Amino acid sequence: MTTRMFGAPVHRTEDPRLVTGNGRYLDDLGHDALAAAFVRSPYAHARITDIDVSEAIDVEGVVAIYTYEDLDGKTAERLPLLIPHPTLTNPMTGYALAPELVNHVGEPVAMVVATDRYVAEDACERIRVEYEQLPVVVGIEAARSGEALVHEEAPGNVAAHMVQEVGDTAAAIAAAPHRLTLALEIERSACMPMEGKGVYARWDSDEQSLRIYSSTQTSTGVRAAVAAKLGMPLAKVECIAPDVGGGFGVKIMHPWPEEVLVPWAARRLDADVKWVEDRREHFISSAHERGQLQDVEVGFDDEGRVLGLSVKLWHDNGAYTPYGIIVPIITSTQLLGPYKPGAYKCEFWSLFTNTVIVTPYRGAGRPQGVYAMERTMDAIADYLGKDRADVRSTNFIQPEEMPYDHGLLFQDGRPLMYDSGDFPASLAKLKELVGWDDFAAYRAEAEAAGRRVGLGIGCYVEGTGVGPYEGGHIQIETTGRVNVSTGLTSQGQGHQTVFAQIVAEELGVRMEDVHVTTGDTRRFQYAVGTFASRAAVMSGNAIALAARNVREKALRIAGEALEADPGDLEIVDGIVRVKGDPEAQVALSTIAVLSNPLRYAFDESAKAATQFAGTPDMDKPPVADDEEPGLEGKDFYSPPRATFANGMHAAIVETDPQTAEITILRYCVIHDCGRMINPMIVEGQVHGGVAQGVGGALYERMAYDEAGQLLNASFMDFLMPYASEVPHVETDHLETPSPLNPLGIKGAGEAGCIPVTAVIASAIEDAEGFPITSMPISPTELWDLRHRHAAGELPGLRRGSRTTTTAPTA
Amino acid sequence: MKPSPFVHHAPRSVAEAVAVLAEVGHDGKVLAGGQSLIPILNMRLAAPGHLVDINRVAGLDTVEVTDDAVRIGALVRHALLERHDGAFAANPLLRQALRNVAHPAIRNRGTTTGSIAHADPSGEMPAVLALTQGYVEAASAAGTREIAAADFFLGPLESCLTEGEMATGVRFGRFPAGTGTAFAESARRHGDYALAGVAAAVTLTDGVVTSVRASFVSVTPTPDVLDLTEAFAGREVADVDWVKAAEMARDHVDPDGDIHATADYRRMLAGVLTTRVLTEAAATALEGQSR
Amino acid sequence: MTDTTSTVEQQLEITLRVNGVARTATAPARRLLSDFLRHDLRLTGTHVGCEHGVCGACTVLVDGQPMRSCLMFAVTAQDHEITTVEGLAPDAEQMSPVQQAFTECHGLQCGFCTPGFLTTITAYLQENPDPTEAEARECISGNLCRCTGYQNIVKSVLRAAEITHEREAGA
Repeated sequence: MTTRMFGAPVHRTEDPRLVTGNGRYLDDLGHDALAAAFVRSPYAHARITDIDVSEAIDVEGVVAIYTYEDLDGKTAERLPLLIPHPTLTNPMTGYALAPELVNHVGEPVAMVVATDRYVAEDACERIRVEYEQLPVVVGIEAARSGEALVHEEAPGNVAAHMVQEVGDTAAAIAAAPHRLTLALEIERSACMPMEGKGVYARWDSDEQSLRIYSSTQTSTGVRAAVAAKLGMPLAKVECIAPDVGGGFGVKIMHPWPEEVLVPWAARRLDADVKWVEDRREHFISSAHERGQLQDVEVGFDDEGRVLGLSVKLWHDNGAYTPYGIIVPIITSTQLLGPYKPGAYKCEFWSLFTNTVIVTPYRGAGRPQGVYAMERTMDAIADYLGKDRADVRSTNFIQPEEMPYDHGLLFQDGRPLMYDSGDFPASLAKLKELVGWDDFAAYRAEAEAAGRRVGLGIGCYVEGTGVGPYEGGHIQIETTGRVNVSTGLTSQGQGHQTVFAQIVAEELGVRMEDVHVTTGDTRRFQYAVGTFASRAAVMSGNAIALAARNVREKALRIAGEALEADPGDLEIVDGIVRVKGDPEAQVALSTIAVLSNPLRYAFDESAKAATQFAGTPDMDKPPVADDEEPGLEGKDFYSPPRATFANGMHAAIVETDPQTAEITILRYCVIHDCGRMINPMIVEGQVHGGVAQGVGGALYERMAYDEAGQLLNASFMDFLMPYASEVPHVETDHLETPSPLNPLGIKGAGEAGCIPVTAVIASAIEDAEGFPITSMPISPTELWDLRHRHAAGELPGLRRGSRTTTTAPTA
Repeated sequence: MKPSPFVHHAPRSVAEAVAVLAEVGHDGKVLAGGQSLIPILNMRLAAPGHLVDINRVAGLDTVEVTDDAVRIGALVRHALLERHDGAFAANPLLRQALRNVAHPAIRNRGTTTGSIAHADPSGEMPAVLALTQGYVEAASAAGTREIAAADFFLGPLESCLTEGEMATGVRFGRFPAGTGTAFAESARRHGDYALAGVAAAVTLTDGVVTSVRASFVSVTPTPDVLDLTEAFAGREVADVDWVKAAEMARDHVDPDGDIHATADYRRMLAGVLTTRVLTEAAATALEGQSR
Repeated sequence: MTDTTSTVEQQLEITLRVNGVARTATAPARRLLSDFLRHDLRLTGTHVGCEHGVCGACTVLVDGQPMRSCLMFAVTAQDHEITTVEGLAPDAEQMSPVQQAFTECHGLQCGFCTPGFLTTITAYLQENPDPTEAEARECISGNLCRCTGYQNIVKSVLRAAEITHEREAGA
């Protein structure tokens, strides 16, 4: 048997290149390209009345300056609505360059192309734009009041209004023995990859073709969008995602204005043009996520079993909806987590504001949904005086109930049906890991020492690996080199390694012979992209299926060569051999030669495939009717619906009794993503997710003022955590295979960040004794809450006292 | 995010440097470590036409410890002063505070004199200069002068350095025998600008408090000194309850609120930190006396 | 506007010793060291993440000390010894202990911030060859990483110290 590669913590094949400075990220390409820079709106809502470029055009080194007036054809039309939805009744997208109205600070107004970025910025400073300012809508409350409008076309600032219901929720809540309401708030954060966006376009005037490099999560998407916008045949456009310095969702949005304008300018100028987003641009002109207001009403019995759950969400989608309403749809469906409420109704409004657009950020609406659900679970436990883990347990879907159909439609338009999972087992592991049952004693000890500590918990289920499809192609060269390609892109997830592991396992070849290419439309043209924890599930399975095709072909050819039944053959380290007879063998490299009948021999090994070699069957053509030359195979994986991973986290926090500073003492994770291809990489994904979650819970927010200015558009003031802010993360895994796909895997990319805000809120609430309903929370805010609590404005937790019947946070 | 063009000057002496500054007037900026200046230039929040890069001026990179001061030249990087054992022995507060200045990579480049000349009330070293009753040494085409800390800071980001004048170094005072010092700050993230910070010095004579002083980071418009001597002098240090000092600190400071913390929160922090640093400084002073 | 007649910006010939080799290029005075290394000298291993000195991706060693190359002008670095990620390994075949540790411990994901960590840790370990876990965490706390959650970078620091000792013992 070959050493098992699937499931092994194999070191990444990407790393030797990346740690020696040999990565090739977007700005490492095209040193001689012209540089683009943009004049961006300084106002959140305004009408452009005049643009004067006369002072800028003379700046030495400026090649061109473009405004909306210069755009032509489809580049002058609105950017596409990528994901329409029937309830998105007032969709709105922006333009590559604003024609008249600007709807958020940072929206591009003019483009400068110059010999270098320094000069381009000099010219931007000299372009005079006159604006007439319009009323500004910032924040969800201002948006839903509808007093001022972002778009005249969207009354009440409502982009979408959606309702999903299973059962008669109102009746179930009314009939329940106990009822609670909660009003919750969660603020904006952003993906904030260390590398911003970037586009580099090369126009070939001889070929009339375009090559685009983009720091994107979807090269096929960018290619198609640019071809459509520029009116070019798809065959004349290629798009490559080079090394990408992190994505986390923001780079699945496309085409960004710059992704249209840079190729457009390259063609127009017959020159290479590059734009590299700087950090300030990333803050004000890419995308954010998370901001929601949530009202929860829940009815439950004496055991804490949820009989009816009604949730209303107000989701801030920013100035435009190019990515549709994926985020609030996910919130409203994934909110249910591992639980089965008797009846469930979710109603949401997606609202326009004069702020940066909202598109998926790692977790994509799930952190908000889990926050709502887990705050509710804690509130129920508090009301009944029950253990918080027990209340959750009471509501769990049981393993024997799988597959479990919630009766709702998920973000992919398919049923929200869980495929597998063992929630009681996960909870038992978590309680063991964090020492749930010993916490009371720990707390007593800490309190005796004048310290304040709290324990928090959060559970989630995550739909991963959504369709529609991905594909894989494998070709074995006559040297034995195995070329693997898939269309989706990589941003640090180790795809080169895990896809090679799959191929090594399926084909019986050595890892070092496998070479994986992702995100290059020259190599694979059909793909969707990397998002929703789908890469391993989608491309992994597609590549496995492709490998099985290649294996079958290899065994068939080897069977002929060895005069053996293919069923008696195995492949070990790239050699096909007869089981039990190691002498009878042929290398895959030789099979690659034999698979491709040749007229010309170009080297020694190729001679074996030439027309006078061997003893061919003269009654058959060299390539049979149902055959193709070459040892290669291709396949696609398209699932009927998503597969659902899950996890449970717990944290112990300490809050300073004087300063309200918050320290995470322990952070524990139980994670179940089915079979793991590479546990080291899965663990790394969880770690990174938790750190982003901690950022979202305690540090990060987008601080807009009333005028729509982002006050913290820098790493000085947007507080992404350093190592000093991220706790040590303790993890344990459960592997409940997915029955949906050949490899039995589920996605792991987003998992880590999903419940963190809920967990930290739970822990701080436990430490402080009053409800935490707004996240993220900083020491200054916690300190204020203490004062409000002390002043009687903020009721404390009941801890089961049941002294009143009103809601804790109505 | 690229700086605007400027003319680069690389003087070899202070005399050359101030001659250039005199010539370019308000359009000139001195570049030493650049760790505060260059971010501002990159964001184009400032666009001076001339940068007088003093990094090649000889003789500005020394630390001298004298009987009454620790004197550093304008090119002494934070990291050099932080690691300087002689300076630490002469005034431990320097190292105590420098450890809180941003991150090591910034301290390797940024200069202590530069951060004082920047006069940022959220900088640690202006507060230290104030507490040690130090001086800034300045030069211009007209000559040199030294300016007491109490006179140097006029307001947030505003010093009394005039157009054409540069800081050539600073002198931190030394505390009398029997003094213990401490520094503490609270920042949202480790290495960030403090929400509030306090430097303190407590002097004892035979176990009796003779002097108690504190200065503040981020909670006063300029780094002025709160003298608490009157409230605590003459008491056996073992009997002192430093919690009392918190209220005086809260009364003294005048913080602004921003997106990271409210003014009230910063005021509270200033009080809590004052108690903490005074407790530590007193313990250190006592330990020093018993040795 | 009075000065629309733009003047051609003053160009300087700048020589730095980078990774042991004297390198010269012509650039304006305002060229940041990070851009000079990346675009004028085409050493693209040093990455730019914020251009205001907070993220640490651009950290290089200047005379052996980690500094932000986005907060220095190339002209100021003239005559100084610069070490970039490309210069950390003794030769192209052999990774340095810190580089090797990162590959063994899964200390990187997208790899964009990694060069800044590698330079920072390399300098740190020279002064502190036996860090504790807490010190390892402290040593990297001026660099931002958005992928790893730092867990495996802390491990990498400790492992790099081990590898250094192993190599010394083997040498």
